[in-house]
Amino acid sequence: MWDYIKLAVLGLIVVIAAIAASMARDLPYLVHMLVFIVAAAITFIWVIRRIGEPVPVANQNEYMDGPVRFGVIATAFWGVIGFLVGVVIAFQLAWPELNFEWAQGYLNFGRLRPLHTSAVIFAFGGNALIASAFYVVQRTSAARLWGGGLAWFVFWGYQMFIVMAATGYVLGSTQGNEYAEPEWLTDLWLTIVWVAFLLVFMGTIIKRREPHIYVANWFYMAFIVTVAMLHLVNNLAIPVSVFGSKSVPVWSGVQSAMIQWWYGHNAVGFFLTAGFLGMMYYFIPKQAERPVYSYKLSIMHFWALIFLYIWAGPHHLHYTALPDWAQTLGMTFSIMLWMPSWGGMINGLMTLSGAWDKLRTDPIIRMMVVSVGFYGMATFEGPMMSIKAVNSLSHYTDWTIGHVHSGALGWNGMITFGMLYYLVPKLWQRQGLYSLRLVSWHFWLATIGIVLYAASMWVTGIMEGLMWREVDAQGFLVNSFADTVAAKFPMYVVRGLGGVLFLLGAIIMCYNLWKTVTSSPERKPAPAAAAVPAE
Amino acid sequence: MGILDHHKKIETHATLLLVLSFLVVTIGGIVQIVPLFYLDNTIEKVEGMRPYSPLEIKGREIYLREGCYTCHSQMIRPMRDEVERYGHYSLAAESMYDHPFQWGSKRTGPDLARLGGRYSDDWHVQHMIDPRAVVPESIMPSYGYMMNRVLTREHAEHVQGIMRVYRMLGHPYTDEMIERAVDDFFAQVDEFGDPVADRYPGAQQRNFDGQDAVTEMDAIIAYMQMLGTLVDFETFVPVANR
Repeated sequence: MWDYIKLAVLGLIVVIAAIAASMARDLPYLVHMLVFIVAAAITFIWVIRRIGEPVPVANQNEYMDGPVRFGVIATAFWGVIGFLVGVVIAFQLAWPELNFEWAQGYLNFGRLRPLHTSAVIFAFGGNALIASAFYVVQRTSAARLWGGGLAWFVFWGYQMFIVMAATGYVLGSTQGNEYAEPEWLTDLWLTIVWVAFLLVFMGTIIKRREPHIYVANWFYMAFIVTVAMLHLVNNLAIPVSVFGSKSVPVWSGVQSAMIQWWYGHNAVGFFLTAGFLGMMYYFIPKQAERPVYSYKLSIMHFWALIFLYIWAGPHHLHYTALPDWAQTLGMTFSIMLWMPSWGGMINGLMTLSGAWDKLRTDPIIRMMVVSVGFYGMATFEGPMMSIKAVNSLSHYTDWTIGHVHSGALGWNGMITFGMLYYLVPKLWQRQGLYSLRLVSWHFWLATIGIVLYAASMWVTGIMEGLMWREVDAQGFLVNSFADTVAAKFPMYVVRGLGGVLFLLGAIIMCYNLWKTVTSSPERKPAPAAAAVPAE
Repeated sequence: MGILDHHKKIETHATLLLVLSFLVVTIGGIVQIVPLFYLDNTIEKVEGMRPYSPLEIKGREIYLREGCYTCHSQMIRPMRDEVERYGHYSLAAESMYDHPFQWGSKRTGPDLARLGGRYSDDWHVQHMIDPRAVVPESIMPSYGYMMNRVLTREHAEHVQGIMRVYRMLGHPYTDEMIERAVDDFFAQVDEFGDPVADRYPGAQQRNFDGQDAVTEMDAIIAYMQMLGTLVDFETFVPVANR
């Protein structure tokens, strides 16, 4: 009976999407409807082929690792895509001829840049977060994922969101808000998927067999619920037509700026920080085989971090038309934010107390430690740049780009790589990784890549900031804007090379993980009581 | 650390943890965002601001579509060099009709807040087709394809739809403006057409790209030529308590 209802719903989706596609007013909308049709049709066929067959009853004492495995593959895949697009647009800035004449309406920098940021943050980072959250919450709750197939819906629904967002950017469908570019239809779809994610996660925690909720899960929980809030408020929009991709965001001017950076900075604060701290709190203790350094520090820095982060948005709007009181609040809280951020860093690093020797022998733990190191550097640099006097120089320059990348490549990238190296042998029952030497190669390529990236952006950023404001003895501006563009060229090439190294490292990782799954010796299955608390 | 012992209550209760974290993350946003909607001095009272004309809306749509905001800001900060280079610092009022704001976060190219009137239409056409023909150091992509993208009645009606939504959100469009949107859309590229400035004071009306057909190039140049030109700074008095 349930199967027939599913079929009816899926059939209905195909029909409605087909009608909408035929009424489509623009190409992105048409493409998105086709995505719906294809996805619903595939699910339809999948359901119908299984109809009447006995449904295997899931053993509630076993973990549900299918979506985690797929999530790991998706993380690696989107990572490479995101880094690749990043390398392309880095070189577009060095050699504008790479904005090809024949691809003007599709592949110019302005369209690829949102593709890069979204691919890296939401596709690579998002998949890493969903996969690790599903893995961690089961282990630390000693419970199977709640909701049966809902976890699969979260995984595939999220991939659909990524495809819709990416095709939208290339075809010119955008709301024009940084990091919140997808239009209303894609936003609505993400909302549905995100609610399902929250349900699966909370459901699993509620049916846990451990009395305490492990600290990693606090961070995951705060990340999921805050991102839901930010996404909903910032993306409130009125569609011009239900058959077109275009909508008008309800916020305008100053309010729109404030809400956008409240969203934007906390995409960093909750997506790229709180969620990834959840990752840190599980995988570093596991890989180091040491308990978390301080329980009290966890409590204090968790609440301080989530409370303070939300206030930091206005530091993106220093000296703009945003009222001064809001700017000052933003600056004050950004500086205070330094403390809980370093609380997290200290808790992560000190977890290695007594196990520091592993840095020499275990390239995975080395990756994780460097990641936390980059987290510490970026969360010092951030508060510093949020001071108005510093910001007056750094704002609008490449320094910001460098800062973001030492966080994204160093912290998010490295901790994710460490997580993938930890998870793949476990998820595919292998004795170990195919090659630790290749992990070392990856580590050094990525680290040198980040250093090249960050250093070149410090140089260009501070240089252009100083060149813009330089006046001569008579009080005239010394440099035209074009002069500053020309002066940045060599560093743009260096930055691109840094990106190439980072990408190369990720490709080596993919090869290593692939070989691990296909040719590493199998591990003997664990004894029956698999659901053992991990705390 | 007695107080931390009580944390046990929170961390053993999933719903409590969820609700408390949610409450904690709402505070900052409420304090920073809500007052912006009711404090009188958030947006200055200035002479000259008006909602966009239909063709300017189309230009702005193209500006968003191409991701111009990823490289260009529209926000001049009140610093000596910026005011010298770009003109009077930007006011909150100047983006009051922007859904969403386009202040930007990066100046890979120069600020565009007061681009209007700085260059000729011809310069813009040349620059869009081949940026390096007019600025050798430029790294901007070419947008020559906009010369071939002809705008039809359908595009104008889409803009009319956008204007209806704008009005829903409080823009002072009159019935007449919405009704005549399609005509105004095309009139603005015809020097001898019905004067659009009657309804949109200060709107510039001419054949922007020099071609017979109405193209995306017309729209984007119409938009660029009006950027930052509306406010009458002779009547502007800065508010001290802002």
